[in-house]
Amino acid sequence: MFTDDAGKGGISAGGPGNSDDSTRRTGGDLLQLITPEGERISHPEFDSWLQDVSDEQLGSLYEDMVVIRRIDAEATALQRQGELALWPPLLGQEASQIGSARALREDDFVFPSYRDNGVAYCRGVKVEDLVRAWRGSASAGWDPFTVNVATQQIIIGSQSLHATGYAMGIQNDGADCVAVAYFGDGATSEGDVNEAMVFAASFQAPVVFFCQNNHWAISEPVRLQSHIQLADRASGFGIPSMRVDGNDVLAVMAATRIALDRARHGGGPTFIEAVTYRMGPHTTADDPTRYRDANELEDWAAKDPIARLKSLLDRKGLLTAELEAAVAAKADAVAAELRAGTINMPDPAPLDIFKHVYSTPNSWLDRQQDHYSRYLASFGDPAEAATEEGAR
Amino acid sequence: MTQMTFARAINSGLRKSLENDPKVILMGEDIGALGGVFRVTDGLQKDFGKHRVVDTPLAESGIIGTAVGLAYRGYRPVVEIQFDGFIYPAFDQIVSQVAKMHYRTQGAVKMPITIRVPFGGGIGSPEHHSESPEAYFTHTSGLRVISVSNPQDAYTMIQQAIASDDPVLYFEPKRRYHDKGEVDESVDPGSALSMEKARVVAEGKDVTLVAYGPLVKTARDAALAAADEGVSVEVIDLRSLAPLDFSTLEASVRKTGRLVITHEAAQSGGLGAEVAASITERCFYHLEAAPVRVTGFDVPYPYSKLEMHHLPGLDRILDGVDRALGRPNSLSGLEG
Ligand SMILES: Cc1ncc(C[n+]2csc(CCOP(=O)(O)OP(=O)(O)O)c2C)c(N)n1
Repeated sequence: MFTDDAGKGGISAGGPGNSDDSTRRTGGDLLQLITPEGERISHPEFDSWLQDVSDEQLGSLYEDMVVIRRIDAEATALQRQGELALWPPLLGQEASQIGSARALREDDFVFPSYRDNGVAYCRGVKVEDLVRAWRGSASAGWDPFTVNVATQQIIIGSQSLHATGYAMGIQNDGADCVAVAYFGDGATSEGDVNEAMVFAASFQAPVVFFCQNNHWAISEPVRLQSHIQLADRASGFGIPSMRVDGNDVLAVMAATRIALDRARHGGGPTFIEAVTYRMGPHTTADDPTRYRDANELEDWAAKDPIARLKSLLDRKGLLTAELEAAVAAKADAVAAELRAGTINMPDPAPLDIFKHVYSTPNSWLDRQQDHYSRYLASFGDPAEAATEEGAR
Repeated sequence: MTQMTFARAINSGLRKSLENDPKVILMGEDIGALGGVFRVTDGLQKDFGKHRVVDTPLAESGIIGTAVGLAYRGYRPVVEIQFDGFIYPAFDQIVSQVAKMHYRTQGAVKMPITIRVPFGGGIGSPEHHSESPEAYFTHTSGLRVISVSNPQDAYTMIQQAIASDDPVLYFEPKRRYHDKGEVDESVDPGSALSMEKARVVAEGKDVTLVAYGPLVKTARDAALAAADEGVSVEVIDLRSLAPLDFSTLEASVRKTGRLVITHEAAQSGGLGAEVAASITERCFYHLEAAPVRVTGFDVPYPYSKLEMHHLPGLDRILDGVDRALGRPNSLSGLEG
C-alpha cells in the first residue's frame, strides 16, 4: 500500500516512489538518433541498422508522418461534424507508428490497438476503412489477411496474446516472419499483456511487443501503472527490451529492425518502449483539461516528431520546395479521399444484423431473422421501422 | 426534493455512503480527477481524498481481486467497471471468488462488494461498449444483481447495495445517465423499498409488461401508447434481477393473465427465459397465452448504425403485447 499526498495511511498511488513528474524518466537512457532540434547524433550500434536509409527514404518517412497527421486531423473534423461517432487521435505519435511500421516486412503480421491508424495506413489499409468502425457502419474496417493487420482491438491488451499465438504458429511453420503487438502504457497493467510475455518467453516466440508509452491511459498517468520504466518490466519475464525516443523516427525504426531481426533468427521476443506523448484527447469524447497540465503539453510540443524530422531534412538541405509541395499535395489528396469515402459510405441493410454470427446457418437465429423481417414488412415502408426508436 | 440527473443521483448516493461509513472505499479506472468517463464519481476524490476514491491501474481482474482482499480486511469496496464489455477480464474473480467466498467459508468471510457497471446500448458507441451481460451473473449463485431505472432508485439502491453484506452487481443504464428526475435525498435507504423488491410502475389489467434498467422508460411509453388503443398494460420494474421478486410478478400475472418480458440482452438464456419459465410454473392456470419475449437478437451487439434494430423499441414492445393478447401482429398466421 502506498501513502497519499497528506502522508496519511491509505490507498492511493502517489507517495515517495512515484510522486514526481513522469517525464523525469525520459532521461539520458533513451535511445535517440535525432535531437529535438533536428541534429543527427551517431550511435555505433544503431546506425548500422540504418545504412540503407537514403535521402529519398527520409523524405518518404516525412511524407508518411505528415499524411497520417492529416488523416488524424481530418477524422477528428469528421467526428466534430457528426460524420463519425468517435475518433481516437494519434497526434504526437507519428514517429512511433511510422518508424516501426516501415521497418516491417510485408509478411509480418500486426496486431494493433484502436489508436494505431498510422500503422494501419502504412500497411496499406484504405483510408475509408480506417473510419468504417468509428462511423458505426461495420464492426471491423478491413479484412486482416489482405494487409496482414488484425482489426483494431478495443479490449486493452488482448491483442498481445493474439500476436504471441500467431508467433507460435510462425515458429511451428518454420517461417521467418514476425508478429508485432502494439499497445499502450496502460495496457502493461492488464493480465493479458503479462500473460503474453510469459508465453512469448517460454516458447521464445518470434513476437515484438511494441509499447507506445504516450504517458496517459485516459486520465491516468503512466506512473500509476508502473513504478519502474516499462522497458524494465520485460526483463522480469526474461525478455530483452529497448527504450527509445518515440518521437524520433530513426531511433524507432532502428530499434524495430533489431527486434525483428532477432525474432527472424530464432532469438525470441523483444519489448520496445517508445517514449512519446499523446498531444490530443484520449478520444474525441474526452476532456484532458480535467486531468492534464498545460505545461506538460508545451514541453512535449517542443519535441514534436514531425518538426524534428523536418529540421533534420532542412539541415541536410533536403527540404526542397518540391518535396514540401509534393507532401502537401499528397496530404490534401488523402484527406479528400477520406472525406469522400466517409460521406459516401453506404448504410448497412437492417437484416445485416444477422450476418456472420455463425459460419453455418443456425436455426435459432434463422427464426429470429424470419420474425424480424416479418416485423419490418408489417410497416409497409421498412424505413419507417428503422427510426431511432429502439434507442429511446 | 431536487431535480437531478441519473448520474448525479448515483454520485449523491455514493457521497452519502462515503460520509456514513469510513470503511466504504471507491476504486476504478479514471474515477478520480476525471470523475469517471461518465462523471458519476465527479468531485468525490477531491472531497474524500485519494485513499477513499482510488484511481486503480488499468486491470479489471486486479480491481475485483484486490477488492476481495479489502473485504477480507473489513472494507466495503465499491468498484466501477468502466463499460459493460470490460467486465469480462474480471469475470473469474467475480464468479469464482466474490460469489463463492461466503459459501466456501461457511459464512466466516463476507464480501460486501458493490460492482457498478454502466450497461446497455443506445449511445452509438463502438464495440464492447453496449453490452448487457447481466445473465452471466444472475446465473451465478451468491451474487445479487440489481438494475436501476430512475434517479430516485439510483440514489437509494446504491446505498442499499453498499450496505448489503452480500456482493451486489449494480447495473446502471448508461443511456439514461442524463435523464432528470425528482430525488428526495432525505429518504432513508433502510426504510425505502428494498432493492430486492420489484415495483409496479403503472397499473393495468390486460397484460403484464416486465422490464428493468433502460427499458423501463420504453415500457412505460409503450403502456401509454397501448392505452390509446384501449389496452391496459401493467408495467413492472424488476429492480432486482437476482433474486427475482416473484411475489410481485405472480400477483400481477394472476390479475392480467398475460405476460410480456423485454430486455436488451440477447434472447437465448436471458433473464426473460427465467421469468417466463418460472411464471409458467407458478401461474400456469392463470395464463391465457404463452409468455412473450421482446429482446435483443442472438447476435453480438451490432455496430451503431444497426443498434436501433437490435434494441427493443416502443413499436416492437407493442407488437409483443399484441401477440400476448392474440391481436393482429407481425407474426399473425404463423404457428409457434
Ligand atoms: C479491458 C478494458 N478496460 C478498460 C477499457 C477502457 N479504456 C479504453 S482506452 C483506455 C486507456 C488505455 O491506455 P493505454 O493502454 O495507455 O493506451 P492509449 O489509449 O494511451 O493509446 C481505457 C481504460 C478498455 N477499452 N478495455
